[in-house]
Amino acid sequence: MSRFDIEVRVKPRPGLLDPQGKAIHHALESLGYPGVGEVRVGKVIDLTLEADSEAEARERADEMCRKLLSNPVTEDYQLRVRASAGKEAEG
Amino acid sequence: MKVAVITFPGSNCDYDCYHALKTLGGFEPEFRWHGDRELKGVDAVFLPGGFSYGDYLRSGAIARFSPIMEAVRDFARSGGPVVGICNGFQVLCEAGLLPGALLANESLLFRSYDIHIRVETLRTPFTSAYERHQVLRIPIAHGDGNYHADDEVLAELEGEDRIVFRYVSPAGDLTPEANPNGSAHHIAGIVNESRNVLGMMPHPERAVEPVLGSTDGAGLFASLRAHLEGALA
Repeated sequence: MSRFDIEVRVKPRPGLLDPQGKAIHHALESLGYPGVGEVRVGKVIDLTLEADSEAEARERADEMCRKLLSNPVTEDYQLRVRASAGKEAEG
Repeated sequence: MKVAVITFPGSNCDYDCYHALKTLGGFEPEFRWHGDRELKGVDAVFLPGGFSYGDYLRSGAIARFSPIMEAVRDFARSGGPVVGICNGFQVLCEAGLLPGALLANESLLFRSYDIHIRVETLRTPFTSAYERHQVLRIPIAHGDGNYHADDEVLAELEGEDRIVFRYVSPAGDLTPEANPNGSAHHIAGIVNESRNVLGMMPHPERAVEPVLGSTDGAGLFASLRAHLEGALA
């Protein structure tokens, strides 16, 4: 078993109204920053996962995203999977 | 008629539902805890408003995996009437018992005041006591009430007469300012395909006595009672 660091990035789907992003865009303009394009606000979920292989870790994380971590009606997600540095899982 | 009111950790309208059911008569409300696995022979189920599991991750996302929800899903699939109010609506969407999702209000503000909704269809167990296009004054209290679904789903809801309530002006018109959260097609409440599962953001249980400022929500309970009496007869 190895331990993997999983980073899940969840973003509102393209075209979906993101009022938080709009409010931030407005605030950036108010601060005088020119050239700010679209602002979208999502979230990042970090977790560690013990699995036999990177492929298995990715597969399980992907299932977690579909079942709980994102809502497919409104959100898209991206996964980053990498072996945890210098940490072998015990047992 | 026994009615289950489900309490999740963070529910705060469960007693309001219980009180409305008890006060209006004809119902025997009973609480069921989120960790229960059985509904135990009830005739209808209410998922109340509140902030189940602190609204962590997304509103309703974690409540959906409560042990009791398995029983609620079976009950809904067997045709039993289920009403989700506010957070209950969000839970039903997350659970896949209703289509779409509820996003943050367009204004990003928590909206808590009386609004007007129009009864769009009487062909549900929850609205038969109203008149078509009757305008009701009912409170809302939510931050994530902006109903969203893709165009295909919206067309289906429209085509199948499944939009139950829409936000309107006091005169019953679909004016932009009557929509408190940016909901697509002014949607305040919908039913599933078999019409036995209702989700709505406004709080009918908070509009059942003159002392509450409105009795317009009472018709929902009267409709359900008539439906159950018919079903039990």
